Amino acid sequence: MILSVLSSPALVSGLMVARAKNPVHSVLFSILVFRDTSGLLLLLGLDFFAMIFPVVHIGAIAVSFLFVVMMFHIQIAEIHEEVLRYLPVSGIIGLIFWWEMFFILDNETIPLLPTQINTTSLIYTVYAGKVQSWTNLETLGNLLYTYYSVWFLLPSLILLVAMIGAIVLTMHRTTKVKRQDVFRRNAIDFRRTIMRRTTDPITR
Amino acid sequence: MNATCSCDQCSGKATLWMKGDEIVRVTARKDQWGEVEEFICDTCPYSTWAERKVAAVMQDRIGPNRAGPFALLQPLADGGKFFFKEDFTPANAERFLFVLGPALVMFISLITGAVIPWGKSLNIGGTSFDLQVANIDVGVLYIIGMASIGVYGIMIGGWASNNKYSLIGAIRASSQMISYELAMGLALLSIIMMTGSLDLKVISETQATGKLWGLFAIDGMNWNIFYQPIAFLVFIVAALAETNRHPFDLPECESELVTGYSTEYSSMKLGLYMFGEYVNMFISNAFMVVLFFGGYNYPGIEWVTQHWGENTAGILSIVAFLTKTIIGILIFMWIRWTLPRFRYDQLMHLGWKTLIPMALVNLLVTGAVILAFGS
Repeated sequence: MILSVLSSPALVSGLMVARAKNPVHSVLFSILVFRDTSGLLLLLGLDFFAMIFPVVHIGAIAVSFLFVVMMFHIQIAEIHEEVLRYLPVSGIIGLIFWWEMFFILDNETIPLLPTQINTTSLIYTVYAGKVQSWTNLETLGNLLYTYYSVWFLLPSLILLVAMIGAIVLTMHRTTKVKRQDVFRRNAIDFRRTIMRRTTDPITR
Repeated sequence: MNATCSCDQCSGKATLWMKGDEIVRVTARKDQWGEVEEFICDTCPYSTWAERKVAAVMQDRIGPNRAGPFALLQPLADGGKFFFKEDFTPANAERFLFVLGPALVMFISLITGAVIPWGKSLNIGGTSFDLQVANIDVGVLYIIGMASIGVYGIMIGGWASNNKYSLIGAIRASSQMISYELAMGLALLSIIMMTGSLDLKVISETQATGKLWGLFAIDGMNWNIFYQPIAFLVFIVAALAETNRHPFDLPECESELVTGYSTEYSSMKLGLYMFGEYVNMFISNAFMVVLFFGGYNYPGIEWVTQHWGENTAGILSIVAFLTKTIIGILIFMWIRWTLPRFRYDQLMHLGWKTLIPMALVNLLVTGAVILAFGS
């Protein structure tokens, strides 16, 4: 029951992300999707990932989206815009995702899902019951930093590139742009500055 | 009233209107805190009372003394006032999101306290009750996650007010909060590396017994602050910023942005915003006590458990926990009425360029020490 309570809002919110007229509503619906996905991960028994989702996805990614959408005056989409003209390309992309879902569901490399009825190599075991008192975090750390450490370092390089991109975009050109030094501004004292006064032509 | 800039009683809150070299007008604010909050739980009303009295002591004046003896009923009076104020919605505001903002802030602040162990277990009628609502394996991560979601109440409220100043206040508030979340997480990481678990109960338990720095053992005083003072400093600064608390209260300062994101709010919605901030402060302090000050442990807890029974030790541990939390809250208020406010770029500079490197270095040093000494 909890599964349906979580998964149906996730699907509906996902649909509303694309269909909402106001872009802020769009991002808020995506936050709902993340929250429901976090709940679904909890149901799967992945407590660490379920807690990382609010921190990373809701707390950082969606907040960044929300900054952009809130700060810029993005026009609300027209009501009678032709959405059907997107159908060919978006239909192909949608079908690719749909096919990918079935590809994963039938795949042998993810053995723990209960849809594996036909494979004879692995039985559906509750691994969490076999491993004594190892938390999610410990198992993840045991694998990620030893066998798959290269895969761990690669995203850090991707993030570094993204960071450099953001810095390059916002860096001021230091030669031609005049900027104020804030601390110098605050240190200016009225009594020690020289003011230029223009005399009033009428009275003087 | 002596209101020059060097007067130490005005704490910078007097404004001098100067024309050239002469002072034309001097203005000062009487009520700095605006409208104060109350209700819902038992401790928070009196944290606002304490705040006003503590502020009064800091500023050498009496403070509220009308509503009841020592103004102890002042929070109730303020709460009643909130109910009687007109509750309006500004024109062209999104009504659903407008109401959702303060509700979200309050909700998130309250559920963050679900994983905090308020005391050692109590033994009633043969069964032992853990004084913690939810003892989950990832307690610390839950609190960080909820703090991240708590940013949204402010953003949604600021945007839904249909007011550009509220929006700017909301954006500033949320950018401040997400910047200091990083520093907070890194400071927490060193504690977690030392303890080896994300569970708050386990963190409290490991601070009960053990030798302090491997030298001598005081019963119940193996607190993490003796091992991680730098992480404590980073954490307390980040906690002040996370709860939008002075000196990081740029989002709600009254001199610059007219109370920022809560400009368009009145009566109980404003009450929920303000009160949510106090709840947040209480929970942040409770969290800090759990992480650094031994949670519910007090010196002699093992002795008490053995000699006077589990229930006495449990009740004393609740008292110890609340005492430590209240001391933390008093320190927060002390800082509030002492320091001037940070400018926005100074705030960002502190968060990103000072606290994060400090926390990272602390993390590296902790890792090196753990590797070297194996404890």
